[in-house]
Amino acid sequence: MDELLREYLPILIFLVIATGIAVLMVVASYLVAKQRPDSEKLSAYECGFEAFDDARSRFDVRFYLVAILFIIFDLEVAFLFPWAVAFGDIGVFGFCSMVIFLAVLTVGFIYEWRKGALEWE
Amino acid sequence: MAEFFDIYVVPTAWIVGGVLLIVVPVLLSVAYLTLAERKVIGWMQLRKGPNVVGPFGLLQPIADGLKLFFKETIIPSGANRVIFLLAPVVTFVLSLVAWAVIPFGAGIVLADVNVGILYLFAISSLGVYGIIMAGWASNSKYAFLGALRSAAQMVSYEVSIGFVIITVLLAVGSLNLSKIVLAQAGGMHHWFGFSMLMPMFAVFFISALAETNRAPFDLPEAEAELVSGYNVEYSAMTFAMFFLGEYANMILMSGMTAILFLGGWLPPLEFAPFTWVPGPVWFALKIAFVLFVFLWVRATFPRYRYDQLMRLGWKVFLPLSLLWVVLTAGWLLAFDMVPPAGGL
Repeated sequence: MDELLREYLPILIFLVIATGIAVLMVVASYLVAKQRPDSEKLSAYECGFEAFDDARSRFDVRFYLVAILFIIFDLEVAFLFPWAVAFGDIGVFGFCSMVIFLAVLTVGFIYEWRKGALEWE
Repeated sequence: MAEFFDIYVVPTAWIVGGVLLIVVPVLLSVAYLTLAERKVIGWMQLRKGPNVVGPFGLLQPIADGLKLFFKETIIPSGANRVIFLLAPVVTFVLSLVAWAVIPFGAGIVLADVNVGILYLFAISSLGVYGIIMAGWASNSKYAFLGALRSAAQMVSYEVSIGFVIITVLLAVGSLNLSKIVLAQAGGMHHWFGFSMLMPMFAVFFISALAETNRAPFDLPEAEAELVSGYNVEYSAMTFAMFFLGEYANMILMSGMTAILFLGGWLPPLEFAPFTWVPGPVWFALKIAFVLFVFLWVRATFPRYRYDQLMRLGWKVFLPLSLLWVVLTAGWLLAFDMVPPAGGL
């Protein structure tokens, strides 16, 4: 077996066992406990009322905005990981390049801040 | 045949044994963390906490678990059945598999992968899927709004957690969790939590509270407005899965705090009585201490408002941690303390 793959084999086995435990627990509980469903019990909870309309309605656009901002900054973090590990090799040149890169991103961050993309009132 | 046995069966059996040696203690810790939470908060409010089931209430978690096990599994008629049932399983499995790379002591680790911290970061990022799936599949307004809030909150704080991890990586030069711990050897004044990364320690801990939806950032389950958020439609074992996953994540985050900032399994002082205590015990003690602070915070602070929560994440922690990445790199470079690439 390849050495690299062998390192990750325990994780795969762990995943299989954990999934097994989870499925087993849900299925066993389903089989053991008495199931007595009726239409009132199975309706969506809305403080005792009948559900007024479908739950999948429109919601605040700011949640989309947060998701988009998250992608930008998370990519930035992903970009920083190899840089941080290799920092011993790339020295001052690596530092300066990253400062320029971060400065460009910070301009974008200031822009979105001033535009009110981070306001939640 | 004997060769096949030696190459495949024996190593696999060892790994399975190792997995069980991690899973069982983690699940037991989760069970008793729920008891510890009620006891600690009880004492802080001058109450006794659970004390009826067994001596000092020690059998309470077992009773709670059995009760949930024998309840009816309700699948709402409007729900997407497959996703609805998959969501708690995803949450639970993700909170467990992360433990595969955690080093409990010198060399005591199931999978000593080179990219350990990246793996942890990836798994904790995936955690948001379980919640989004639950909120969407339930087809209930409360669940949906709770899931949206929870997802937005988790991704917001994940960004600052990412930058905090980068500052630690700069000081270590490796993604391997054992190397991150060993870089802090030599007593507690070498721990990253007490070095120039101290502010990042605070940012990490507070972000961990938000990431695990704990008080004072427990808005997703704000009971007064959202009844309990994304898991309102769940019952029996499917609910228990979310509950177990949430608490296992708390322990995992405490473990990450211990590894990144409190020297993992290393003793606080490197001489006689302290070095006699085995590494896993120190690691467990540190996790227990961080967990206690989790509970202490819950008993002390009132809940944040949603706009305050987002403001703290995006306008305070993000700029601060970003600034600290540059400061740490500059500091290490200026004083010629950059570790060799790949760690020591």
